Amino acid sequence: MGEKVLMKGNDVIAEACIRAGCLHYFGYPITPQTEISHYLSKRLPELGGTFLQAESEIAAINMVYGASSAGARVMTSSSSPGISLKQEGISYIAGAELPAVVINVVRCGPGLGGILPGQCDYFQATKGGGHGDYRNIVLAPNSVQELYELTVKSFDLADKYRMLCMVMADGSMGQMMEAVQFKDEEDIQVYDKPWATNGMGCRGHSNFITSVNVNPDELEKVNLRLQAKYREVEKNEIRYEEINCENADIMVVSYGTTSRIMKNVIKEAKKIGINVGLFRPITLWPYPYEALAKHTDKVKAFLSVELSAGQMIEDVRLAVNGKSNCYFYGRMGGHIPSQKELLDEIIRILEKEDK
Amino acid sequence: MAKERLHPKSIKDKVWHYCPGCSHGIVHRIIGEVIDELDIQGSVIGIAPVGCSYNNYEYFDFDVIQAAHGRAPAVATGVKRVLPNHIVFTYQGDGDLAAIGTAEIIHVAARGEKLTTIFINNAIYGMTSGQMAPTTLPQQITTTTPTGRDTAYHGYPIRISEMLALQEGTVFVERVSTHDVKHIRQAKKAIKKAFKIQQAGLGFSLVEVLSTCPTNWQLSPVDSQQWIVDNMIPYYGLGNLKGKDIKV
Amino acid sequence: MQYEIIIAGFGGQGVLSAGRLLVYAGMLEGKHVSWLPSYGPEMRGGTANCHVIISDEEVGSPILNFADIAICMNLPSFDKFESFVRDDGFILCDTSMVSIEKTKETSKKVYGIDATTKAFELGNKAFANIFIIGKLLKITKMLKPESIEKALYDVLPEKKHHLIPIEMEALKVGLAD
Repeated sequence: MGEKVLMKGNDVIAEACIRAGCLHYFGYPITPQTEISHYLSKRLPELGGTFLQAESEIAAINMVYGASSAGARVMTSSSSPGISLKQEGISYIAGAELPAVVINVVRCGPGLGGILPGQCDYFQATKGGGHGDYRNIVLAPNSVQELYELTVKSFDLADKYRMLCMVMADGSMGQMMEAVQFKDEEDIQVYDKPWATNGMGCRGHSNFITSVNVNPDELEKVNLRLQAKYREVEKNEIRYEEINCENADIMVVSYGTTSRIMKNVIKEAKKIGINVGLFRPITLWPYPYEALAKHTDKVKAFLSVELSAGQMIEDVRLAVNGKSNCYFYGRMGGHIPSQKELLDEIIRILEKEDK
Repeated sequence: MAKERLHPKSIKDKVWHYCPGCSHGIVHRIIGEVIDELDIQGSVIGIAPVGCSYNNYEYFDFDVIQAAHGRAPAVATGVKRVLPNHIVFTYQGDGDLAAIGTAEIIHVAARGEKLTTIFINNAIYGMTSGQMAPTTLPQQITTTTPTGRDTAYHGYPIRISEMLALQEGTVFVERVSTHDVKHIRQAKKAIKKAFKIQQAGLGFSLVEVLSTCPTNWQLSPVDSQQWIVDNMIPYYGLGNLKGKDIKV
Repeated sequence: MQYEIIIAGFGGQGVLSAGRLLVYAGMLEGKHVSWLPSYGPEMRGGTANCHVIISDEEVGSPILNFADIAICMNLPSFDKFESFVRDDGFILCDTSMVSIEKTKETSKKVYGIDATTKAFELGNKAFANIFIIGKLLKITKMLKPESIEKALYDVLPEKKHHLIPIEMEALKVGLAD
């Protein structure tokens, strides 16, 4: 491992992109992730790659579609309203089975909303967003170090499964600085892309990339193939972290920024004799249902803490499957719950459960 | 007698799904011939639109990417930036290019992307069954302008070639037609020049092809050719709009 | 030991860069650090603040609800963040910008240094934050002055390295204040 350096989350995402061997980036400015563009606009041309500021998020995601079709590793980044605009392209990328990496530094909505951190795009990221039966792999880092590691990983997952992989951070993670330790050299697996449309001269027959098929039998087969692939991802790629889960009275489920606050809450709770467990999904899709379900008999209740009106709570309920009470605590509009708020909520829930 | 190959090498041996009298087949063939003549089958990448020619990869025997509606220029940009030495072209209709994809086409031109666009203008939406297009002529009857395009209500048809010729990054623009053999030959010349301009790395090149849609115009294939002459050419004047003197 | 610090002032007073300098120096000393800026549409002249954590242990939340130290480089910051400071913490003010009279309004411990005036005397108001850091180190001993110097060399672009000896002078004044 290399030396520790102090970097802003957004800069680390950009550096991770380069370290993962991705030399092509297409994007459109939007707060709070513009530093990614600033960084890459300087570095990528130096490396012989492409930094292109597109005319819109729609154009940017379609440039990604083209670059990926041509066989390149490629990335775009945006924040919530911009990700909404990219949804058309994201659906096409899923349909055409192209690898691509999309960074979403989430802000709060709906509409133009605000520029402060949010986790209100959970549904959009994990349950669809665009049209059709498709899935994206969604990774949720909670530190600058993880922004680096998971961004690098996202390129591998995208290539491995020919899928779109989204790294979902939030405004505060993009803006914060922490120490990050880069590897001296990334272990990048190079995937053959015999399907790429990079000129038939190199292979002797023509390729085409498409997401359209008007024959119902054939299109159903395409869908079944996609679903089989998604089952494979569910089998292989689930990631999560468990903190203080042994003998926990209550299991808090949270990811990203809120999971960082929970680390402090766990310490505070211990001081007053409450054992709070933290279950942190790192893959938001595929969701770690089974791992979470294992705690149902051991804790008094589950609490989903989110910067939203309650989105991931639905997956928590699916995992818990009625075997335990599931509570929700969230803040919106860019507010972040304080440790005290969360501890008070935990005490309130435990008192209720003990009755 | 050995079976003679009657179609270009870059065109697959298939029957078009296009309606009788439609220009798509003619323009596809021209593109195939040009690619053969320039010997670029191995390095050309086409971008298919949304519209009747959405699956032109069924006919083109070279690499093709099907794009979302209007987004072909952005997709082509992505390809060309990764593979700068390949020849990349978009094939787009008037709804795709001049309505939903207006931003994308203007910006490839403004950036001077080294791409070629073949713009099929038949003044109507074909695949979705004959609605008004941005290039539909004044008074033209379509399924969404049943009493004819009222310019006071629906606005005016867009002259895309003129608009794109104004962009600094555009180096070659020509409007051609497919209504008779003489004009088809002229169309081929323009398309070949557009590809050669891309090979020379000069900038963005566009050929607008005035095309027929007999089915949605509700005319016979023969009357459709005359309709181009009588109605389209007066509004969309033929000829070179930019880059006439470039020698490639 | 964990220091939780809020640094606040007008945009352009070097509020964010003071925080960066502290966390960088902290990292050089092998501590766990985080720096979280307020971010908004104002590029200049607006209010700015950052949350800084320098700790011997892994940092939990980078977002502070309370702080051990609030560094207030203007009056609005004092008004806003005075209540964030824990009872056993303190407020450090730029007394060029926050009057001594004002600082008497709080029951919390207050330190002050005439940073902006001293910076003007040194010829560059941008050095105000360095006087403040000097004073902070004097009070807390949380970091070594040498780490600040090394951090300055690492953080500043080379074309500004000639200013570092002057900044170190300012730091020493703060340390001796």
